[in-house]
Amino acid sequence: MKRLGLMVVILLSFLLMFSLVAGAAEEIVIGVYEPMTGPYAAGGQMTMEGVNLAFEQQPTVLGRPIKMVLVDNKSEKVEAANAVARLIEFEKAVAIVGTYGSACAIPGSEVANKAGIPMMGCSPTNPLVTLGKPYAFRACFIDPFQGAVMANFAVNNLNAKTAVVIQDIASDYAVGLSNFFREAFIKLTGNPKSIVGLISYQTGDQDFTAQVTYAASKNPDVVFVPAGSYGDAALIIKQGKEMGITAKFLGGDTWEAPEFIEVGGEAVEGGYFSTHFDATAVTTKAAEKFCKDFEEKYKKAPSAFAALGFDAFNLVVDAIKRAGSADPKAIRDALAETKDYEGVTGMITLDYNGDATKDAIIKTIENGQFKYVATVRPF
Amino acid sequence: MIEKKKDFLLLKIATILIIILFIFVAQRNFDTYVIRILNLCGIYVILGVSLNLINGFTGQFSLGHAGFMAIGAYVSALLYMSPELKEVNYFITPLIWPLSVIQIPFVFSLIIAGLVSAGVGFLVGAPCLRLRGDYLAIVTFGFSEIIRVLFCNLQNITNGPLGLKGLPSYTNLWWSWGIAIFAVWFIKNLINSSYGRALKSIREDDIAAEAMGVNLFYHKVLSFVVGAFFAGIGGALLGSLVMTIDPNTFSFFMTFQIIIIVIVGGLGSITGTVIVGVLFAVLMEVLRSVESPMSFFGLNIPGIPGMRMLIFAILLMIVVLFFHQGLMGNREWSWEWLYYKLTRSKKEIKEGS
Amino acid sequence: MSLNIFLQNLSNGISLGCLFALVAIGYTMVYGVLRLINFAHGDIFMMAAFFVFYAMTIFSLPWGIACLVAIILAMVLGRTIERVAYKPLRNAPRISSLCSAIGMSFLLENFAIVVFGGRPKSFYRPEFFAKTFVLGEVRVPGVNFVTPIVSIVFLLILSYIVYRTKTGLAMRAISKDFDTAMLMGINLDRTISFTFMIGSGLAAVGAILWALRYPQIWPFMGVFPGWRAFTAAIIGGIGSIRGAMVGGFLVGLLTIMIVAFLPELAGYKDAFIFVILIFVLLFKPEGLFGEE
Repeated sequence: MKRLGLMVVILLSFLLMFSLVAGAAEEIVIGVYEPMTGPYAAGGQMTMEGVNLAFEQQPTVLGRPIKMVLVDNKSEKVEAANAVARLIEFEKAVAIVGTYGSACAIPGSEVANKAGIPMMGCSPTNPLVTLGKPYAFRACFIDPFQGAVMANFAVNNLNAKTAVVIQDIASDYAVGLSNFFREAFIKLTGNPKSIVGLISYQTGDQDFTAQVTYAASKNPDVVFVPAGSYGDAALIIKQGKEMGITAKFLGGDTWEAPEFIEVGGEAVEGGYFSTHFDATAVTTKAAEKFCKDFEEKYKKAPSAFAALGFDAFNLVVDAIKRAGSADPKAIRDALAETKDYEGVTGMITLDYNGDATKDAIIKTIENGQFKYVATVRPF
Repeated sequence: MIEKKKDFLLLKIATILIIILFIFVAQRNFDTYVIRILNLCGIYVILGVSLNLINGFTGQFSLGHAGFMAIGAYVSALLYMSPELKEVNYFITPLIWPLSVIQIPFVFSLIIAGLVSAGVGFLVGAPCLRLRGDYLAIVTFGFSEIIRVLFCNLQNITNGPLGLKGLPSYTNLWWSWGIAIFAVWFIKNLINSSYGRALKSIREDDIAAEAMGVNLFYHKVLSFVVGAFFAGIGGALLGSLVMTIDPNTFSFFMTFQIIIIVIVGGLGSITGTVIVGVLFAVLMEVLRSVESPMSFFGLNIPGIPGMRMLIFAILLMIVVLFFHQGLMGNREWSWEWLYYKLTRSKKEIKEGS
Repeated sequence: MSLNIFLQNLSNGISLGCLFALVAIGYTMVYGVLRLINFAHGDIFMMAAFFVFYAMTIFSLPWGIACLVAIILAMVLGRTIERVAYKPLRNAPRISSLCSAIGMSFLLENFAIVVFGGRPKSFYRPEFFAKTFVLGEVRVPGVNFVTPIVSIVFLLILSYIVYRTKTGLAMRAISKDFDTAMLMGINLDRTISFTFMIGSGLAAVGAILWALRYPQIWPFMGVFPGWRAFTAAIIGGIGSIRGAMVGGFLVGLLTIMIVAFLPELAGYKDAFIFVILIFVLLFKPEGLFGEE
């Protein structure tokens, strides 16, 4: 017993010493919190590819070295709040970048906003991330826009008259997006009964046969699957095809992961989803350079999340430059004034909420590859 | 002897005063990160001690703590949030009427949270506590899952999976440590009373206890309800500390963390739970460095995500397998204990020489 | 609801039920001999799926052999877990072994996260299993034909072992009375190890069939089937193999039928199942087929 206690104490003091040694003067600390484990790990890892590239290209600002500190938020809310508090108080970050997953970004932005440290979200699309928080920003569009984009695409491009929505009742992302899609779809078709079916499942479910059999029995034109996890979406589509659904499947930005195609296989071919960026349809000079550099470093095409991570980090560095100081308040003010910043995901202007107003991209899956379909301007 | 009792009382009062002084200094001077961890320490102590009352002292293995925490967190949040904040949060499905306009001070919301949670504890405990050990574990687990599923679906009350965001952060060291001290004091007195002896007798042998005239049902439900009460308050404090809650925060994993604290500390030892509760909150943060890349005598070790929880799991297994009793077994630390320990060892030394 | 849709749901439910049943048997057998809820069972299930995955990707074994290897490895793993985590606590209070079981489950999950990574991986499916057959109006994926057959074959083999062999007799004796069985000269360690190996082997078979049906594997994949199967084992009467089989079917069918008949309440599905579980425990704690 004593030995165990001693071990714990030694371990503790050891680790404390470790963390105290770190941190030299004159550095500008930019904190990053992303899910490196847990259900959102894939998204966090993709985002970090972009953030790391951005950091490599800009290791200094205002003549001072940047120190980038990454903290894992484990795809969990309590952990996300702790992670941001740690970045601010312990690592003395002057600005924070992150995170994939609105569920984690919301508690994170609460903490950052309260501490008066600007936070730049990479890809959290829930409106509540920035709402009423002067210190919270994001580099991506928000769910109401994303839901409307997909409803628009379904009605105008696919001539859909009816839709079924299969949602994850335990995911805030899915329930939010499902709601925005339904609202927009009903408005566009002018028919309050155009959503012929809404059915739920729970995070963790793997058998969706009952849900897709229900969807198939309604014979809709499109099936909207706003899954919080791309694996669930892939399995739903796969089982949907097995149960004879011929309608087109539509989804949101979580679909964009290589595993989505690996798990879904042939079944996901011909599905459409909205996302933030596509390497074959770049709109800015910065994007061309980014794609080239990214392919050189990682030997693959950049994902939307990598692009957003890259943009989020650079937006912060750009704001520090324009502010001319590493004072959090000055950085916040500079961020709020961001206008027509040439990012790799398009021209970025931050509105009064701190949300980016910019294009959405619609992609499909063809021959086991994501393929660009259209760019949708903000309405 | 009477003289000594007075001394101990003085010592106890002095200890509490020192803690109060510490809280006073900490709340004013420490940075928010440290305060945050200290708050978590307090909350884990509340949760651990309340679970230990059920699992350790009464011997009823409950896996439903997260369910009670969820109830406490939601009840209190719905009561102390301002109507404007509720409107912002419930932007998809509006909140049903009486709840949408109510706002009461934090302290009352805490008490009501605890009472509602205790009430639910009674409703669950009364029929279920008839069941044997592991069946009770399953039923209570089922209960906490039902709560989670209900909270996901009842969007006009709980806002579903979107949860409640931007909660005002009332939790500070006064609240978390104050209630932790109260919980420890209350449960310690409960255990040392005739009730406590009845509870322990149920743990050791419920048939014998019943034969001795202990009302099994009454005592089991009592410990369950008291445990649920403090779990509800702990959940409420956690919600206000994290400033955002949703049903998935209170999954089995949450219960599991509390169980680790109780088992490692020793089933049946308040002291153990307090020590491990504090250690757990601190270690969770300190062990973060395990996951970040570090150089170790010139050797570069890449960061391994998930390493922290693996270390916890291994520590737990070591404790379970090699120290069946946990850190403290069922011993308690107190000034009296320390005094007798010191005097006795002195005596022994004298005798030895 | 039309007949076709009902039949479609029935076919889906039966296949899901068979999967639950295979896993439920493992819970039931371990509970029978040790009176222990083996929380780690769902994680042995998960590990088995990863064994197949890595046997194929790293050692590039053909699919069939990879499955066989995975089943054997899962049996070894089950036995090791018993030796390391449960055997030392056999005489300790029941609560200790319950803690140990929960800890073991937690350990395996986190081990999988660190070693295999948290991202879901896709699982290879041979041609036949991936194909969908259309019978009348009912669509049946190939694997749904195999699952019931495999389940029934294994149930028969298991019944033979438990009711017709010496080892089976020993298992039944232990489950009736631990101490007396020991006095009668039954080799306790060997019988318990054997039970764990059979249970884990069945979990591995279940995992392979599961991954063929839902080709996505990740460290927490055992949690959902594990709890469902466990629920099934209790509803059927924990300790009874027949009960586990029937319970598995019931839970599988319920999971599907609740959604099919009450689509508006589909989100409450899990709550329904737990409510049924609680009611079974309160009013018939021995389950449908359990002994008093």
